[in-house]
Amino acid sequence: MNLHNDPSNAKAYTRRAFIQNSALLASAALTVPAFIQSSALAMPRPEQGLASIPGVDEDHILVIIQLSGGNDGLNTVVPYRDDAYYRLRPSIGIRPDGLHILSRNGSNGAVDLGLNNAMTGIRELYDQGQCAIVQGVGYPNPNRSHFASMDIWHTGELSGTGDGWVGRYVDAQCCGYGKGESGTPDGSLDKQVEPPIAIGNEAPLMLTGRNMMPVSFESAELFAWAGRKYSEDIVEEHRKLTDMINERVEHEKDSNNAFLLRTAMDARVSSDTIRRAVSEKPLVNYPNSNLAGQLSMIGAMIRAGLKTRVYYASHGSFDTHANQPGNHARLLGQFASAVQAFQNDLRAQGNDTRVLTIAFSEFGRRVGQNASNGTDHGTAAPMFMFGPNVRGGFHSKHPSLTSLDAGDLKYTCDFRSVYAEILDSWLSTSSKDVLEGQFKHLRVLNT
Amino acid sequence: MGTLATTTQPERVETSMLPIRDEEFGYREARHLLWRAGFGGTDEQIRTLAGWGPKKAVDFILDYDDIPFEDDSPTAFDHNIMRARTREENLALRRAQQAGDENTLSKFREMRQSAQRDDRRQMREIRHWWLTRMIQTPRPLEEKMTLFWHGHFATSYRTIEDSYHMYQQNRMLRGLALGNFRDLLLAIIRDPAMLRYLNNNQNRKDAPNENLAREIMELFSLGEGNYSERDIREGARALTGFTYRDDAFFYNDRQHDEGSKRVLGVYGNIDGDGFVNAIIRSPHCAPFICAKLYKFFVKEIPTDTKALEGAERTVVRSLSQTMEQARFEIKPVLRKLLLSRHFYDPSVMGNKIKSPVELVVGAVRSLNTPVRNLTTVARAIDTMGQSLFLPPSVKGWDGGRAWINTSTLFTRQNTLVYLLTGELAQNNTRFVDRTPYDPRLLVSCMNDPRIEGDPPDELIANQVMDFVLGRRPYGAAEQLLSASYKVDRPASSSGIRTMLLLTTSMPEYQLC
Repeated sequence: MNLHNDPSNAKAYTRRAFIQNSALLASAALTVPAFIQSSALAMPRPEQGLASIPGVDEDHILVIIQLSGGNDGLNTVVPYRDDAYYRLRPSIGIRPDGLHILSRNGSNGAVDLGLNNAMTGIRELYDQGQCAIVQGVGYPNPNRSHFASMDIWHTGELSGTGDGWVGRYVDAQCCGYGKGESGTPDGSLDKQVEPPIAIGNEAPLMLTGRNMMPVSFESAELFAWAGRKYSEDIVEEHRKLTDMINERVEHEKDSNNAFLLRTAMDARVSSDTIRRAVSEKPLVNYPNSNLAGQLSMIGAMIRAGLKTRVYYASHGSFDTHANQPGNHARLLGQFASAVQAFQNDLRAQGNDTRVLTIAFSEFGRRVGQNASNGTDHGTAAPMFMFGPNVRGGFHSKHPSLTSLDAGDLKYTCDFRSVYAEILDSWLSTSSKDVLEGQFKHLRVLNT
Repeated sequence: MGTLATTTQPERVETSMLPIRDEEFGYREARHLLWRAGFGGTDEQIRTLAGWGPKKAVDFILDYDDIPFEDDSPTAFDHNIMRARTREENLALRRAQQAGDENTLSKFREMRQSAQRDDRRQMREIRHWWLTRMIQTPRPLEEKMTLFWHGHFATSYRTIEDSYHMYQQNRMLRGLALGNFRDLLLAIIRDPAMLRYLNNNQNRKDAPNENLAREIMELFSLGEGNYSERDIREGARALTGFTYRDDAFFYNDRQHDEGSKRVLGVYGNIDGDGFVNAIIRSPHCAPFICAKLYKFFVKEIPTDTKALEGAERTVVRSLSQTMEQARFEIKPVLRKLLLSRHFYDPSVMGNKIKSPVELVVGAVRSLNTPVRNLTTVARAIDTMGQSLFLPPSVKGWDGGRAWINTSTLFTRQNTLVYLLTGELAQNNTRFVDRTPYDPRLLVSCMNDPRIEGDPPDELIANQVMDFVLGRRPYGAAEQLLSASYKVDRPASSSGIRTMLLLTTSMPEYQLC
């Protein structure tokens, strides 16, 4: 035998005897899967400028932007009055004339700081009181591996194991499910909750729960079965094959097969809704960058009134080991202009007060620069929070540049404090259950 | 032949590493072997392998050196595109910088940019070359193992920006694919692409860079927790001076730290080779590699070998013993695994999520479809999350369920639509491909001389599912036939193609 495969030389089919077979089969019994109610996206009528629902914050939306690769906090929010900064960063330290010097208005007794010059859009949001900067965010015993630290941020667990913290929140909403690792479904809730939506073709761990998987969406035309182009008639069978799932997973609820069947169902159900939403032209112009494209699609889905409460975008890579200044400024510029356009879009829609946008990175970078005009993996860094509901200005304390931990910043704010406040104050969930612990709020949000 | 009983979850997972018996090795088992140790096979290939029995089948797949396959010459690609600047050029550049000669400087910039453009084009060509090789090779395990090592020693062109170095690494991995793991480690610390990717070209005596030393232990050989921070520091010192010039390894003795080091319990003036030897001596090395092989060939397990339980723990331990006894030869480990009863346990077969490359290459090879437009197919694999030569990080691809989400699932289904029909999801008809495709040969009853006229509908539908899915999902046959009748008779070419379209769009098709 030869396993060689020559696709251009497929053997010709020779069988000649064809006899008409007219036996048409009765249509198969259809079953509606049990969990379709909980996994289906609601399909509300698109409404322009959907207003807040009075009295409840059920309509609050969280948009998460991941700055991947480890954003250099010290060259993003620059402590330009600190000599140690320039001493440790002789060639990549940014001089005050290359910064947006931030006014003290609305600040919380912060040290003197400036924003990287590329971040004009965020500077304007800051001046409008719509940008909060949480300083020195990190966690104990920092892990300098991209993957390990990203997992810690995604799970909200210092071990970096288990489900995502947003996934656990969604689980808690839909099924009365406590913490992913130790919780057991108590079946007390059976609410219709929409899965979070991640832009791109990856499903971030942060959004992945025990019961709920995020929907990942890259572009409208790719988000539907193309078999219809071959024959519109067979779409019906395709749909039935996707929907008949209960019988197929009976003996293997946790198998890969069951997982695939559930995902296929989610894909089919969300395809129509999302494609309709993003086909609308946005109300404002977005700059031409990948992140801006992602945020404009999120803006479109919010505008269409999807009941989704969490969206996810990502931007990077910030892993600036060498030749940092130009690359870093370019990334920060794209970040700032995209966020500004997004906030403008939300305001034009009348949805700005419903949306909280946050940005995080898996770690900051070392205080001292390296020999390649770059920086290596470090620890604490600032987090950004945007929207009319934040208390603009600085929160927490800037870490000291002289009292270091083996050359690294000591964190001044536990990242779970930020999560806890978002869960309790913005998403109306008990952070104590989701994070399995109590973390003090910084009161970044106006509530 | 051809009946596949409904799968029910067995109460106990078979942990025996003893060889599967001849009479236990049928169509399902042969199909399983072809998918896991390669990229699937046609119905005819499955039947041939099943007829041979497990011993001959596994030997045939493993001893691929006996199968002639023309090697591509190393001159197939241009090694000069990203060459370093010559001494003269450097001199001219420096002079221009000092003199502020913008004209010359912009000429240098343009030269560089044009080289980068050419190199990106060559990188695409290399990706297409490898993909084509995987689609055509008579030695599927060779490419499968090369793919395994590419994910294991993950190196990305994004950082390297030298397509020829990526190509060289790919050839190195292929040459050692079923060789000795120690040789692989020795080769990887001499590989220009890897040295560049993990910054070892900047690892100097007075300014050590720990990146390569750390990742060698964390991701390539021992696993997190099986070495100390000190091992990283001293390992990095051992690797100082291991760099490259042009396209070849270069040992820069002036940058090598000649002092004493202590790495993984070994003491002395250790260099890169000594570091590799210390790693090979560690009791954590064989279990770590065997767990990675298990994860690639058998099923998803935690990378932390200490966290393994039950059958997986037993099997990985048994494989590690084989590996240590074989002094880190890989082939005996795979032979043991591919022949073992455990490998054919019902909980193992048909429960692994295909990687994008497995999905696409496997579809072309087993369904005998035309490749259509290779660029389109390669891009689809990217969109599914597995860009060859561009792994997301040094950790490689997560694999398993991480491949699947609502977005990639559509891309997977739609790529099969493209291969089977030439139709694209994109609203762009320019790339639609009309190469004819007749799938009737794939279904054995269609070629059975004993059957007069069209074979019975049910038989066709069931054989399609046995071959394409390795199972018959509940209620699926009716839907396949119903769709087929909307297009043509089930026994016609377009009838079977319709069934293939629907079968490959079923979630079960993502499994192998």
